[in-house]
Amino acid sequence: MADKAREALIDPLFNNNPIALQVLGICSALAVTTKMDTAMVMSIAVIVVVALSNFFVSVLRDQIPNSIRIIVQLTIIASLVIVTDQILKAYVFEISKQLSVFVGLIITNCIVMGRAEAYAMQNPPGLSFIDGIGNGLGYAIILMVVAFFRELLGSGSLFGAQLLKLASEGGWYTPNGLMVLSPGAFFLIGFFIWILRTWKPDQVEEE
Amino acid sequence: MLEHYLSIALTAIFVENMALAFFLGMCSFLAVSKKVDTAIGLGMAVTFVLAITVPMNNLIYNYLLREGALAWISPELAKYDLSFLGFLTYIGTIAAIVQIVEMTLDRYAPALYGALGVFLPLIAVNCAILGGSLFMVEREYDLAESAVYGAGAGIGWALAIVGLAAIRERLRYSNIPAGLRGLGITFIITGLMAIGFMAFAGIQL
Repeated sequence: MADKAREALIDPLFNNNPIALQVLGICSALAVTTKMDTAMVMSIAVIVVVALSNFFVSVLRDQIPNSIRIIVQLTIIASLVIVTDQILKAYVFEISKQLSVFVGLIITNCIVMGRAEAYAMQNPPGLSFIDGIGNGLGYAIILMVVAFFRELLGSGSLFGAQLLKLASEGGWYTPNGLMVLSPGAFFLIGFFIWILRTWKPDQVEEE
Repeated sequence: MLEHYLSIALTAIFVENMALAFFLGMCSFLAVSKKVDTAIGLGMAVTFVLAITVPMNNLIYNYLLREGALAWISPELAKYDLSFLGFLTYIGTIAAIVQIVEMTLDRYAPALYGALGVFLPLIAVNCAILGGSLFMVEREYDLAESAVYGAGAGIGWALAIVGLAAIRERLRYSNIPAGLRGLGITFIITGLMAIGFMAFAGIQL
């Protein structure tokens, strides 16, 4: 049991990363990675939603009729996202403004649906909850790595604190504007996958 | 007046391309872009559904959810603000409309249904569709604007996925480093396409 729980938590981080391997859930993610703090809030929101939705779907899994399971799952997820959104609006209003529509898009984040469908429908609530946390963390790692490079190279700061003095303010660092724009995120994820697959060659796709 | 709508459409298609600028609909964007034929099918389906759901959700937002929106039923109801129910309502509307579209096509346009059929159920959970409705609410479009915006956003997304599929078909003949094969190189190509689309950013009408 302990082994299984550990596996459910650790496996999605690198061996079976939801973004790098399964191409799930980048929809709503990348647009918020220009800054570390928005990426962090988004990651936490996703972890909470995946873990709780896995838990509730798993609790109800014997009651959900097979033919309408997608709608039931969507309703559970959407309700959790509404609660998350209201909490964000209440306590971190500034960041929730910057996240704009992307909190709502957690509903259609393929990770949440994918885990509910693939894992929570077959497994007990405790394990599903841990699996949700694991997959949320796997997602958070990529989000934070991308945000780290985008904020550091794009505006010379981390979490809003200026680390590299900008040339425009008399310093030495000329920010790389590409990183702030969307192509930078695509390149970073591409390279991240390349590094991950060179490290773990069994993940390489054959075409 | 016409210029205003044209500007909304052009911005949605090129400048603020759903896939390339906002990363929306990425799951299917990457998974279904291996062949041009299927990419065209999915692109058409997304355009179709966006063009219907965005104005539909616009009506729902303006006449049911917004603060004071219920005033048309009775003045007492004007004080209610149901906009927090937005996410649940939009996703429900989208799922229902996709279902209706699927049944209608099956009944009246079997050829089109054959082309789009397998993609329609997938679309209900496509981020681009929900994203379209959420952007519409955030930018406070009216009914006509949201119809133009929905169609424009869909066309932009379709353009991007067909372009990517065409590039990936050619890519089969090239020798890519093992670790980049498949997903990795697709991301990098998407990045290059995004740079290409950024060239449209200066367009003003």
